[in-house]
Amino acid sequence: MSTSAMDVSSVDVSTMNELGFRLHFLWSDILIFLLAASLIGFAITLYRSPLSRARWAQVFESKIGVAAFMVILFYVVVALVDSVHFQIQLEQTSESSEVHYAPEAKSLLDVVLAPMQGKDEKTYSAPFAIHSFAKATVELPDGGVAREFPRLLHGGSHLENEDEHLVDVMVKSLTIIGWALIPCLILIALHHAFLRKSASGLPWPVIYTTSAIIFLIATWALQMSEYYHVLGTDKVGQDVLCGALKAIRTGVLIGTLATLVTLPLAVLLGISAGYFKGWVDDVVQYIYTTLNSIPGILLIAASVLLIDVYIETHPEQFKLLSDRADFKFIALCFILGMTSWTGLCRLLRAETLKLSQLEYVQAAHAFGVSRWRVITRHILPNTTHLILIALVLDFSGFVLAEAVLSYIGVGVDPSMKSWGNMINEARAELAREPVVWWSVTAAFILMFVLVLAANLFSDRVRDAFDPRTSGSGKSDGGKVK
Amino acid sequence: MSTLLKVDNLRIQAGSTHLVDGISFEISAGEVFALVGESGSGKSLSSLAIMRLLDDALTITGGDIWLGNDSLFALTETQMNGIRGSRIAMVFQEPQSSLNPVHSIGDQIGEVLKLHRGKAANSDIIELLAEVGIPEPEQRIAWYPHQLSGGQKQRVMIAMALACEPDLLIADEPTTALDVTIQKQILELMNELRRTRDLGILLITHDMGVVAEMADRIAVMRHGKILEQAKRAEFFTNPQHEYSRQLIHALPQPDDYLTRNEHAQLLKLENIKVWFAHRKGVLQRISGYTKAVDGISLSIGRGETLALVGESGSGKSTAGRAILRLEDLSEGEIWFDGQRIDVMTQRAFNQYRKRVQVIFQDPFSSMNPRMTVREIIEEGMISLGLVDNAKEREEKIKKLVLRVGLEVSHLDRFPHEFSGGQRQRIAIARAIAVEPELIICDEPTSALDVSIRGQVLKLLQELQDEMGLSYLFITHDLSIIPHLAHRVAVMRNGIIVEQGDTQTLMTTPENEYTQQLLAAVPRIPEHI
Repeated sequence: MSTSAMDVSSVDVSTMNELGFRLHFLWSDILIFLLAASLIGFAITLYRSPLSRARWAQVFESKIGVAAFMVILFYVVVALVDSVHFQIQLEQTSESSEVHYAPEAKSLLDVVLAPMQGKDEKTYSAPFAIHSFAKATVELPDGGVAREFPRLLHGGSHLENEDEHLVDVMVKSLTIIGWALIPCLILIALHHAFLRKSASGLPWPVIYTTSAIIFLIATWALQMSEYYHVLGTDKVGQDVLCGALKAIRTGVLIGTLATLVTLPLAVLLGISAGYFKGWVDDVVQYIYTTLNSIPGILLIAASVLLIDVYIETHPEQFKLLSDRADFKFIALCFILGMTSWTGLCRLLRAETLKLSQLEYVQAAHAFGVSRWRVITRHILPNTTHLILIALVLDFSGFVLAEAVLSYIGVGVDPSMKSWGNMINEARAELAREPVVWWSVTAAFILMFVLVLAANLFSDRVRDAFDPRTSGSGKSDGGKVK
Repeated sequence: MSTLLKVDNLRIQAGSTHLVDGISFEISAGEVFALVGESGSGKSLSSLAIMRLLDDALTITGGDIWLGNDSLFALTETQMNGIRGSRIAMVFQEPQSSLNPVHSIGDQIGEVLKLHRGKAANSDIIELLAEVGIPEPEQRIAWYPHQLSGGQKQRVMIAMALACEPDLLIADEPTTALDVTIQKQILELMNELRRTRDLGILLITHDMGVVAEMADRIAVMRHGKILEQAKRAEFFTNPQHEYSRQLIHALPQPDDYLTRNEHAQLLKLENIKVWFAHRKGVLQRISGYTKAVDGISLSIGRGETLALVGESGSGKSTAGRAILRLEDLSEGEIWFDGQRIDVMTQRAFNQYRKRVQVIFQDPFSSMNPRMTVREIIEEGMISLGLVDNAKEREEKIKKLVLRVGLEVSHLDRFPHEFSGGQRQRIAIARAIAVEPELIICDEPTSALDVSIRGQVLKLLQELQDEMGLSYLFITHDLSIIPHLAHRVAVMRNGIIVEQGDTQTLMTTPENEYTQQLLAAVPRIPEHI
């Protein structure tokens, strides 16, 4: 790792001074955009090959597959929007021409979520509440002092009369949903009018319904946040929904980055062990057996503590608070990835051992095809089904692992919103009487939807790519395993 | 004789395709009824329908099956369970996977006995094992499947089938996975059992030789229909249907030998040995050897075919792989066109790669399922640097596919879209694409149906005449040798027991093992 005074944790782009802000790229931002770009590139190469196109078409022609994909897409878009960071320019003092920027980097998502931010209450409040969850001493208009549940500063502050509360929530919800339905219906009608003839096998009704539902929920939540705290507030009075949405980026990134670290290690070591056999196989086997014999959590905890020490001793490299959090976060992704490649590696080794005995590999040897070409042309393509499935399963595994690690205190930086941190705080919240249930519920729902969607999607992908089931993949009998 | 089983106008459909399209036949007690056909003709489906074991995706859309006086389709599942095993029993093709490897054979037979009789005495099991010809049944009763040979496993399967004294035995390709000598023993056993037990046997097979030896009556199936039904003698002397004639004709004529010419020597093996080391312990100390090939010497001339014959495990395939340098030699010398090739470096050997090629047995695993036919054929040409110009290469590939009897439009398809015979043609095109002088054919026809087998062999012979190819033809099927090979070498346990002229060896074999092999080949009796 470079110890130069250079800023290793972020890249600033200061070309847009006139606009009053400058873009601030965290390393994880760069990684996530590189990732998105390479995914798009991968999709294009897949689209060119007729066989893989047919197989992916099968995934998207199944109702569950396409619905799961839409949900994943929503999460990814939120994560991408949350990855465009910038610093607002501060008011210029007249004496110096030097430009100063806010020490806190904001993301595009913060702009979208503006109605939820900056409306902090004093402490906990339940979803849609207009009163605080905790009693406080308030001064009465007549000068006396009483202990009661005070009105919230922002939640429902527009209400003149407290009795209107429920009616107001209902009326506002219905109007918002009514308005939001209009663009949905227009788009569907337009699609029906113009694109109906392009006969692709996509289940359009499912696509309509899924996207409409996502759109309606998003609009409703955003609009309602103007007036209420939809999912309540947390201990320091911050909006829970806002935090849970900000945590999407953390979850998606940790899932993809850690998987991406795992993948090359597992593929390279697994395939070479299975193909070259002999001492290569021995070495790889010793490595993964050793790694497997150390408790994973212990290894991760030790590595995270090392990273903490590094950050403490090199403060000059981390200008902003978010730079620190980001560095720790990326390190965590790497550590998670480095410690969890063994399962896939073992699978790939076994598969390669089997494949390398097959006659087409032998025939390739008889043609004098080089080893590298045999691996890339004959072995790797025939293990893609394993890799793809492991990829998606690992993804959900990492999202869950982050929650576990944050719970035991070695997860992402507490300043970074994450589902793990939310669950960690719920330790104390669930011990209260009455219980503070909304923050853990919010984390649970968002995490559940993402992991479920990823699992369902991987299920479809596996069915489409397994030659034994690919024929029956079109029937969609809701066979979820 | 009483009618045991009557199949009446049976129809089976998958979706809207008719897989079995109205077949009717009867089987009497003590009779062997053979259902003959190529793969996909619906013969196995019919037998599963008799057991009511059809896959859920298939539906019986018409017809009836009578066992004695019971209509099988009218029974409840519980009643049917009583019939399976006790009145109809089944023997499958693959004894390897039909027995559970973690239970002793005594337990497995005992289980069947217990289900149907309520008790299983050891003496009954031993009696059954003795009846199917397992030596020393008192000891073998405690053995596990892996301790038995393939033929013995099939005997155990038959013992299990007989355990409940069924009236009807359905044998679905019972000898396809076995060597010829074992096949003969199993067929003899089945013949004897039907006499002693008055057993009706429904024999399902694609092998006309087996049919000729075993069957009393024969039905030929194709595309889900029975084309012809006749007594054995009538069938072989006067087949009615064109397709039956084809099937009989596809059997090689035993007396049709290739004339032998003098050939200039191309390949010479001198006392080659391939030993596989057994390793033990942490230090991988060598504790012993499996002597797969234990000192064989042979030679092949230009334009000559040498058949290397042997049963499974005789080391014949390993010898072929050693010539291709897919296995390392432990000892011996390989000379190709006057050059010693076994001591060459990999790089120098690549010059010889294009002169020696290979065609494998299994047309389904010999091609990468993710490559198109063009990529498959092209691969060798590119890696051996044969035709660098892409345009010329394309021309050549087109010529090749036409030559092996495929179409140019097939080039962009994937292997799974082809039948077994077509795949084997692709494999041949791939091998001849690099213009080799010697092709090692490792059982290229054993996975194919009889009529397809004839076509592929004919193609190989035409190519030999055109290109002056030499073949090392590795096979266990002696019936195809006479009109294919100039010379024959018989291998057993890693050594060659006899080699010589095809005609001499086939007519006057000197070695005892060769005589056994030849005697075991099922033949169509000339006068029935």
